[in-house]
Amino acid sequence: MQTMREAFFDGVVEWMAADEKAMVVLADISAAGLREASRNFPGRVLNVGIREQAAIGVAAGLSLEGFHPLVHTYVPFLIERPFEMIKDDLFHQGLVATLVSIGASYDEPGYGRTHQCPEDVALLDTLGPSTILVPGHADEVVPLLQRAVSSDTVGYLRLSIAMNRRPIRNTTATMTRVVIGKNGVVIAVGPMLDAVLDATQGMDLTVLYATTVRPFDAATLREVAGPTPKVVIVEPYLAGTSSPVVERALSDLPHRILALGVSHPDLHRYGSYADHDLAQGLDPAGIASAICAFL
Amino acid sequence: MSSLPAYRYEDLAGLIRMMTGDEKHDASAHSTLDVLWVLYDSVLKVDRGSINDPTRDRLMISKGHGPMALYAVLVAKQMMTVDELRTYGQFDSSLGWHPDRLRIEAVEISSGSLGHGLAIAIGSAYGLKLRSSSPPQVFCLLGDGELDEGSVHEAIALAARLGLGNLTAVVIDNRSSTHGWPAGIAGRFEVEGWVARTVAGRDHRALEAALRYQGSAQKAEPRVVVCEIDS
Repeated sequence: MQTMREAFFDGVVEWMAADEKAMVVLADISAAGLREASRNFPGRVLNVGIREQAAIGVAAGLSLEGFHPLVHTYVPFLIERPFEMIKDDLFHQGLVATLVSIGASYDEPGYGRTHQCPEDVALLDTLGPSTILVPGHADEVVPLLQRAVSSDTVGYLRLSIAMNRRPIRNTTATMTRVVIGKNGVVIAVGPMLDAVLDATQGMDLTVLYATTVRPFDAATLREVAGPTPKVVIVEPYLAGTSSPVVERALSDLPHRILALGVSHPDLHRYGSYADHDLAQGLDPAGIASAICAFL
Repeated sequence: MSSLPAYRYEDLAGLIRMMTGDEKHDASAHSTLDVLWVLYDSVLKVDRGSINDPTRDRLMISKGHGPMALYAVLVAKQMMTVDELRTYGQFDSSLGWHPDRLRIEAVEISSGSLGHGLAIAIGSAYGLKLRSSSPPQVFCLLGDGELDEGSVHEAIALAARLGLGNLTAVVIDNRSSTHGWPAGIAGRFEVEGWVARTVAGRDHRALEAALRYQGSAQKAEPRVVVCEIDS
């Protein structure tokens, strides 16, 4: 089965063939995977070496000249290390670019905390309106990439090794109604869907699936939430990241929110992805337990 | 715009005096004055009619501190109105203590935080070179203190590797770097493959000659002009 990263490589080739303004800026990571794009489109895949601050600045300069730059590297080095460049060179200049990460919150736990970044979406939220996309399956990557590069804001596509068993065929920005129930609403973001479905069996809950987390689809939530909503949001990154947007969506209704996600970002532990889901309470049993207590 | 008056170099001090407020970087403003004048007066292929022309030369002000000199020169070259100077630093003014590209049409990049402009200039120069075999020139104004920022050195190393003969870094050296540059600023660039010149930063003829210098025959190397300022 194809990984999200492999699907992304295919999507980049497709995008660059269709749009002569498409430019890719790399900082060594994935240079081999994007060799076909580099070969097919000479000069338009620019590897700046291990210089992530320069990568964002160079992208800003390309954007000033009318190109659409896509910057791609491992998540802490894409979002955290050059954070001030993202703020000043992209958002503050009013420029459009697409950022694509791999690594997610703890895709490769053996590397430890320096290669983990559950804070990424929360950090981008501090900078202004953006388009943030979190696929849950490799087959969802290319449509979301196409939407990211078509956005008139800074776009962020968050790739992970974690995937749901099946893709959800929804190319729109609205949430998918996966299950309809009566006792409350659970929003599963990206690769959290399977764990949420396993956790909520028999609970008679509505389950919404979100791959577009910014802008947040408030309309669908309001349509299913009822007059006194009880809403659980399960995100594969820092717990509570989306609480403010859910709160704003329901501000005129008496409501309760439970935000599940990564709550202990610096565990000093290695092991597997599943080990870390367990440690963060993001395994099906952990999610079920938290939802039962909330309800 | 056609009725805007043009000003001479001798008028710049008066234009600067029209800007009031709590500007903290007076010395910095004056350190860039001669370089900015020479650039806009006799080097850059940009004027009030070509501010948005894709073929114009670009000046990226990375060292955004002390923008009064920039604002005065833009007024002198009819790219801003003189009345705007009187609003300097006010809430609704276009003229902040650092330049803002979304508020001033002639400003290429918003800056203030040090260490950002050179990488942006690289992206611009690279993109222009990708589009044309005779691309416009991209200039980037930095300060010697700004070279303390590690991000500048990411950019210095990268520019020459990319063969950006259409890029010129202009470094104002008023020895404001706390720990200095023992091998010399020019040497820091040269070791990475830049063509470097060091000139007196108040000498207009020397500045013009250095800033107009077109590098080697291949024009594959970026250029740096280090402008030494005594005060």
